[in-house]
Amino acid sequence: MSARQELAIGRLVQMTTSDQYAQPQRSSDVAEAQRPVEVSPKIKAEVEGLNFFYGKLQALKNINMVFNANQVTAIIGPSGCGKSTLLRCFNRIHDLYPDTRYEGKILLQPSGINLIGPETDPLEMRMRMSMVFQKPNAFPKSVFENVAFGLRLRGIAGNELKDHVEQSLRAAALWDEVKDRLRQSAYTLSGGQQQRLCIARALATDPEMLLFDEPTSALDPIATSKIEDLIFDLKRELTVVIVTHNMQQAARVSDYTAFMYLGELIEVAPTKVMFENPAIKLTEEYITGHFG
Amino acid sequence: MSDFKRIIVKRKRQDFIFNIIGIVCTLVGILTLGALLADLLIDGLARINWVFLTSFPSRFAERAGILSSWVGTLLIMLVTAFTAVPLGVSAGIYLEEYARKNWVTNLIEINIANLAGVPSIIYGLMALGLLVYQFRLGQSVLTGGLTLAFLILPIVIVATREALRTIPQGIREAAYALGSTKWQVVRHHLLPYSLGGTMTGIIIALSRAIGETAPLITIGALTFIAFLPPPPIKTQPPFLSFEWLWSPFAVLPIQMFNWVSRPDQDFVVNAAAAGLVLIVVTLLLNAIAILIRYRVRKRIKW
Repeated sequence: MSARQELAIGRLVQMTTSDQYAQPQRSSDVAEAQRPVEVSPKIKAEVEGLNFFYGKLQALKNINMVFNANQVTAIIGPSGCGKSTLLRCFNRIHDLYPDTRYEGKILLQPSGINLIGPETDPLEMRMRMSMVFQKPNAFPKSVFENVAFGLRLRGIAGNELKDHVEQSLRAAALWDEVKDRLRQSAYTLSGGQQQRLCIARALATDPEMLLFDEPTSALDPIATSKIEDLIFDLKRELTVVIVTHNMQQAARVSDYTAFMYLGELIEVAPTKVMFENPAIKLTEEYITGHFG
Repeated sequence: MSDFKRIIVKRKRQDFIFNIIGIVCTLVGILTLGALLADLLIDGLARINWVFLTSFPSRFAERAGILSSWVGTLLIMLVTAFTAVPLGVSAGIYLEEYARKNWVTNLIEINIANLAGVPSIIYGLMALGLLVYQFRLGQSVLTGGLTLAFLILPIVIVATREALRTIPQGIREAAYALGSTKWQVVRHHLLPYSLGGTMTGIIIALSRAIGETAPLITIGALTFIAFLPPPPIKTQPPFLSFEWLWSPFAVLPIQMFNWVSRPDQDFVVNAAAAGLVLIVVTLLLNAIAILIRYRVRKRIKW
């Protein structure tokens, strides 16, 4: 992305008081007008006035932002700021728990379906999204079965299943390490391998968006860098959202960064702009380590 | 320095004293069990032979055997397992995974825990009123099996729930995130992963049921029975027969009870031998439970 484009988008982020929220406008249009040659980002999901409640506790307050297709958006912020809560809206995992409530919209493009609307079946959203969790949560089954499970749910079997499993393991950069032990329990793998297995499992179902919830917080630096490389590559195929409390990680892997604080979205901007020249004082304080 | 020493000596003495108390307490339990087993072995071991296992009860102590009672015990356990396991496991899954958590389910939960503590003779009385008199199932293998099934149902439910609770929430979330329905999560993940705990609970419950006497006496188990229930497999179609369900029955503990209450010393020896058989079966069941737990733990570590 050109510096000009970044600047154009970055300046769209405006916010003066904590009652207003950052919403980048259709930045792609602006960029396109200026640089018709360059392929501009398409919007994958638009969050509009999203509120989320755990019982009486409001965990997300009027979130407005867009997620660009084929880009990595990082969500950063201190513990309890609602970044995981926001991520978990996308595959409706909140619906598993009682007393949770959504307000507002998350429009999934190009169809424009409201992901959190009452008319939308959470099951459909979970079939279209994939999530990689904080702690590697491979099933206590074989390596093969771990990746195959989501495919079996979609009625894929036989050789097609095998091919898909292999492709997914390759895409997760795990194939060479496990090709001779597909029948062994996933629990014989190391923590980093297990997390890549979870990524393979998430990729196997060919999702539109891949949601990472602090995927490396339980891993050592080498495993972490492998996964970061992966995330960087994955955006060619799909839209990636990554929640992280590691700011260096956000800076390394993401195209856009959103900063959240106490359930509010404080600022969203291209990652470079965000880390070099944040528009909001609070963001700057967080990024420079004054709190959090 | 000396101050430290004094305090350390004092605290080490406390440690030592509790160590002794602990050993004594443990020995009380172990020695009691050991004495019990030794007594049974001395009295009964000589009596156990093929004839004892394959003879019907008799007026003559040396000709009496436990054929009808061990077959009765086996059949009763079959009925108990086949009813209590599906009912209990399903109820446990429902309560843990499906039911909404509100005051009604809380009430049910508390009551199930209480049911596990109800004296077994109460179950016998209920079975007598309900199964024997109301449903007219007779004083049969079916009635006996169902009675014991009621008795262990709460234990199976609690064991199933406990086993499900040990599965980390992250596993459930991973399965749901892939687009599974609740049933698919239960069928492909929760059931297989909790199998070890559930099986252990079921076997422990069965080994409790196998020694139960009171409820079966209440519903009218026989103490002297010189024939076997009709066989479950026939030579003519449809090959399977369930007539044995309606047959009267005796069970090992009741046979023992009967023999012990006789004045003839030889019958008491028989009772000891039957008790030995019962204990061996119970220990075997427990050993299987431990084996399953061990194997599953080796395979699944959360």
